[in-house]
Amino acid sequence: MNTHGVWAIYRFEMARGLRTLWQSLITPVLLTSLNFIIFGGALGSRIQEVGGVDYGSFLVPGLIMSSLLVQSVSNASIGIYFPKFTGTVFELLSAPISAFEMVLGYVGAATTKSVAIGLVILATATAFVDVRVDHPLAMLGFLILTSLAFSLFGFIIGVWAKNFEQLNFVPTLIVTPLTFLGGVFYSIDMLPEPWRTVTLFNPVVYLVSVFRWSFFGTGDVPVAISLAVTLAFLLLCLGIVMVIFRTGWRLKN
Amino acid sequence: MDTILSVKGVGKTYASGHTALDAVDLDIGRGEIFALLGPNGAGKTTLISIICGIVTPSSGSITVAGFDAQREYKQARRRIGLVPQELSVDMFETVLATCRFSRRLFGRAGHDALIEQVLRDLSLWDKRDAKIMELSGGMKRRVLIAKALVHEPDVLFLDEPTAGVDVELRRDMWRLIHRLRENGTTIILTTHYIEEAEEMADRVGVIAKGRLLLVEEKGELMKRLGKRELDVALAEPLSAVPPGLDGVTLANDGRTLRYVFRPEDEGAGIPALLRRLEAAGIAFTDLETHKSSLEDIFVGLVHDGVHEREQAA
Repeated sequence: MNTHGVWAIYRFEMARGLRTLWQSLITPVLLTSLNFIIFGGALGSRIQEVGGVDYGSFLVPGLIMSSLLVQSVSNASIGIYFPKFTGTVFELLSAPISAFEMVLGYVGAATTKSVAIGLVILATATAFVDVRVDHPLAMLGFLILTSLAFSLFGFIIGVWAKNFEQLNFVPTLIVTPLTFLGGVFYSIDMLPEPWRTVTLFNPVVYLVSVFRWSFFGTGDVPVAISLAVTLAFLLLCLGIVMVIFRTGWRLKN
Repeated sequence: MDTILSVKGVGKTYASGHTALDAVDLDIGRGEIFALLGPNGAGKTTLISIICGIVTPSSGSITVAGFDAQREYKQARRRIGLVPQELSVDMFETVLATCRFSRRLFGRAGHDALIEQVLRDLSLWDKRDAKIMELSGGMKRRVLIAKALVHEPDVLFLDEPTAGVDVELRRDMWRLIHRLRENGTTIILTTHYIEEAEEMADRVGVIAKGRLLLVEEKGELMKRLGKRELDVALAEPLSAVPPGLDGVTLANDGRTLRYVFRPEDEGAGIPALLRRLEAAGIAFTDLETHKSSLEDIFVGLVHDGVHEREQAA
């Protein structure tokens, strides 16, 4: 095991995050604050409670999740895309480091950063609303699991992307809409049919639901199903990453 | 020869059907400086990239210090340092940080004293805290060399190390290469500057259109293929080459007799020609000889090699 190599990549990626600290942390904090002001304060006063939870508090898990998904994907994708773009990927490919070790470094760092962002948003939320967490360990567990799954997904996007447009395509045009339609601002029980059924095909629904359960003890879909969907997505991404390295797709000639 | 790198039947054909490398066999001895010479697009970088693990070969096998480059890639790659042709460096990193990164990436524990030594050797120590984007092109190339050396490789690949580099840096680079060799590092460099191969290499390989045309000790190559040229300044200009003088042409409006010969050919050589000139009653005022450089040899080889292949096809 090339632990020095894994550590080198991890530290490099964390240092890159620190260089762009403003963008990495302030943006999600600002967005969360705006969401609380607009949806929690201005509009939320007209919605009293959702499933027995104050609407402002109800928003917290969904908002954390939505930032987490976008940040994980963009962070991990740029981490591997940038060396491809600048040509420094030659060093990674010529190094005595396995595919697994390389992913461990890149995805590990992206996951760490996402979890940190999630916790910062949670801390920001407490400034606006009362937040209670019924299952703190499960909350942390899902935070890490989701960050990991979407960082892996981001890694794949970074390898796949041939230009900056493609790099931004998935976070902006796929992840963001899915997040908005994934029950961040509402409970899917509030939707009329057939939209309620349609929305069950959106994987983000399961992530938000199980995360909300860890806060308030209730979710839109059963915990076990949510967990299974999250794990299935994680394994799918892991499988794709392994295939990428075995074939050298878009990394090697 | 104590072989440190062995390349057997390595070829590369891209999905487009283009064959960049055609069944190359090559053995490199420990501690030697080997120059891979060839025109642009000959396959030099492809061969290096395959050995270093950046390009997957279509056929063949490679061992580095006895380790299979595919199956035991970790052991093999640990022993290799690569300085690429392109100035691919992390612009936002500092010189010191990027060197530390490279050392760890290659599985070595931090060793700041060694990194300091490498940076000092490359006149980079004063720039250690500078961001790479602030450095000149020549300095960036030095950084790439430092990055390739900090994990203490046994074999160093230099892909066109002096392309686009000023004279001073080129001299520095040559000195560095000699110093590395003294420490036992094996060096393989690609170049299309013949001067570079002539100056530094122990052995030379000539590659063109994906084929390794020959591998030979530099001195041997010069001796075997090197022609000598004798210019005889004539007292009176001639209108035609006198009969009985083989291999002689007229130049400079008939004022110069040019004689091209291989020293080992029987009956050739300067004394023989001079005797024949005397017998023919031709007076001369000056003599000038020079040997053909590696460049002439190279141009001839590549031309013949390509010509032969075209005829075969």
